[in-house]
Amino acid sequence: MRQTIGRLSIYSPDTFGIASALYELGGMTVIHDASGCNSTYTTHDEPRWYEMDSMVFISAISEMEAVMGDDGKLIRDVVSAAGELHPKFIAIAGTPIPMMTGFDFKAVAAVIEKKTGIPTFGFATNGMEDYLPGVSMALEAVAERLTLPAEEKVRGGVNLLGLTPLDFPLDAPEKIRALLEENGMKVLSSWAMGSSLDEIRDRSAKAEVNLILSYSGLAAAEKLKEKYGTPYVIGVPMGEFSQAVIRALMESAEDGQNRNALPGAAEESDTVVIGESVAALSLAAALKKPARVVCPFPDGHGIRDCGAVFAPDEDSLVQALTGAETVIADPLFAPAFPEGAKLIRLPHTAYSGRLYDREMGADIEKIVQLLGKE
Amino acid sequence: MLTRLSHDRGGSEKTLSVRIADAKFPAPFSSGLEYCSPARGSWNIAHTGMLVPEAHEVFVCAEGCLRGVVLTAAEQGTIDRFSMITVEENNLLDGDMETLIVDGIGDILKKLPYQPKAMLIYTSCVHHFAGCDLKLVYKRLKERYPEIDFVDCYMNPIMRKSGLTPDQLMRRGMYRLIRPREIDPKRVNIIGNDFATDKESELVRLIGKNGYRLREIQDCKTYDEYQELGSAAINVLYNPSAIPAGEQMQQRLGGKAVYLTNSFDCGEIEAVLHGLSDALGVPREDYAQEKEECEQALGKLKELLGDTPAAIDYTVHYRPLSLAKMLLTHGMGVRAVFLDGISGEEKEDFLFLQKEFPDLLLCPTIAPGMRYIHDVDERILAIGQKAAYITGSRHFVNVVECGGMFGFEGILRMCREIEDAFLHEKDMKTLIQIKGLGGGCCL
Repeated sequence: MRQTIGRLSIYSPDTFGIASALYELGGMTVIHDASGCNSTYTTHDEPRWYEMDSMVFISAISEMEAVMGDDGKLIRDVVSAAGELHPKFIAIAGTPIPMMTGFDFKAVAAVIEKKTGIPTFGFATNGMEDYLPGVSMALEAVAERLTLPAEEKVRGGVNLLGLTPLDFPLDAPEKIRALLEENGMKVLSSWAMGSSLDEIRDRSAKAEVNLILSYSGLAAAEKLKEKYGTPYVIGVPMGEFSQAVIRALMESAEDGQNRNALPGAAEESDTVVIGESVAALSLAAALKKPARVVCPFPDGHGIRDCGAVFAPDEDSLVQALTGAETVIADPLFAPAFPEGAKLIRLPHTAYSGRLYDREMGADIEKIVQLLGKE
Repeated sequence: MLTRLSHDRGGSEKTLSVRIADAKFPAPFSSGLEYCSPARGSWNIAHTGMLVPEAHEVFVCAEGCLRGVVLTAAEQGTIDRFSMITVEENNLLDGDMETLIVDGIGDILKKLPYQPKAMLIYTSCVHHFAGCDLKLVYKRLKERYPEIDFVDCYMNPIMRKSGLTPDQLMRRGMYRLIRPREIDPKRVNIIGNDFATDKESELVRLIGKNGYRLREIQDCKTYDEYQELGSAAINVLYNPSAIPAGEQMQQRLGGKAVYLTNSFDCGEIEAVLHGLSDALGVPREDYAQEKEECEQALGKLKELLGDTPAAIDYTVHYRPLSLAKMLLTHGMGVRAVFLDGISGEEKEDFLFLQKEFPDLLLCPTIAPGMRYIHDVDERILAIGQKAAYITGSRHFVNVVECGGMFGFEGILRMCREIEDAFLHEKDMKTLIQIKGLGGGCCL
């Protein structure tokens, strides 16, 4: 049955994708929720919560406010908190109850913006989808409203798009930046880990090319292409696949064409990678043997036409893993494996939260080594 | 001292704290947006439900609501006793929520490698708003699976101001699984707690020494043992959130519910213990020696602490103001209590402190401005995890929800905990982020 999950975990929701994407940019994200979202997000999905102050709050909506359609309480509370804390922008993200009551995100955002003079976004999330559309719509909104045009491009300039701790370890921006800069590129901004809003606003349009590191960077890349004509490349530079990504970046910077650096997954293999489409396809490309890629998301939440199989529920995931002997995946997927299949651990915060945070980050060499030992 | 509780972000001088003399009962702070501190020790409804042996939890909610509870179970090592049914937008439009639950439970039972004795089914805010017919759901489930006990639990925080909270409903629900049986006049339960009561407490000793057999949920290793709780003549409780559980047990099973407030006031402790003796029909005890031991322990603690400033938060104990009163009246330097509301049973403590210690600060924990209030003064002795985070103190009492403390022995243990916190540093950052302290979190 599609909607039951007997033995597995569940991905971080769209609402948290919004909060995660905007976390480092100095804004105030308000999740329009009764209770629970704040604790869940900050405990499991936000590894920066202890070390880095950021304004993520809930509205604490009550039954009476929902029944009476009292949006005024939320508006007053947001305006009051904004007056006290001076965020650079405000984002309102939805959960199931605002969806049920027909909460008008755009109108409320417009009212708050008028009252505060602070750019305000209303994101009509409903807590019923995974994090990818949440991150995606937040980054697209940043591209749309919070970037400024540039008079000239920076030679070899790159923006990193779709980078959040839900998909990447906290040191990823630094590592990717170092790798690209070793190869003659210059990282101008990193969306949205490792860059301030000022950097993103003032430098993004100067890039010659954008690098999409997860599916959730695609919408922002399309927006930046539309606004500034910047082409994009899809792929995470890792292991032996790094050079293909770097080559594509240089070519796109030169000819202005978008490129998908992902070579595509194997159709048949007893080795399977489970994960977000861009990261999983990149990992599969970095391995020294063919691997299938299974994305436990709806069909529209990932890069299509690369051979990845989308398996959005437990039953279809079990089906997709048929014949697998080695599975590279978050350990919480293990109950879905065929009997006897070997797990190569690849913790993913968006799936298992902080449970395996000491193991975060794909160590390609180690994975290749483990595969070789079979 | 705690001056940073007047935060200065953006030049604002707005003060987050309030002198107790100026505070209003029971809500000293206005409601608004809410912040969540990184202190995670308190239990949630997923932790508590797992106390029922051989039971399986099923949460029926939207993806976002499921995320926190499934990872609670994963961290607790109980994910094999946990399943989910996701609610999607079409279910709200199609009005098929009842079918979704009934069929979903059937599918889960097919997938599980074992058959649970009981299933705790948690429905959510959307079921309430969509008018889901839960009576029909449970009727159908009982018809289809007569060998399994089902109980309705709720994760509907939107109703938290409209009646019983999800935590109260959780505790009421789990004890509703217990079926009526013959009352044994020599059996007593202590119900409603996440932590077993300290065996050294007068409460446990009083029950035991008079020939009563005492059980708590933590003693039950099997579902059959859990059912035996139904034979108790008296159900003692001291967790205020468990009062509805005690009431329903009294009404349904016949065991008398006896609520004992968990105070730090020796007179109040003596009164509640006398009340329990009366309920048991046994002679009242003389607690002069226990009182003297408490006074000595508090005197010794004062000598050790001197003028050390201290702060208390509400997660450490159900009676934070009673604790503040005890420490202040024994000369200790409590400067602040972190709480967001004051319970009815603390009204007398509040009024006393207003009069006798008017400069004591009350500080919120969830106000948005608290996001920027931490590491305010690491020299402070913190009593509770939130107090530790806010002050930045590594000298803190790492206890939540009373931690099994009760009565005079509770005072003595709190003195020992404070002494230990004063003398020894703890790894605050690591310890406070463990979710559900004492609940088996594997981090």
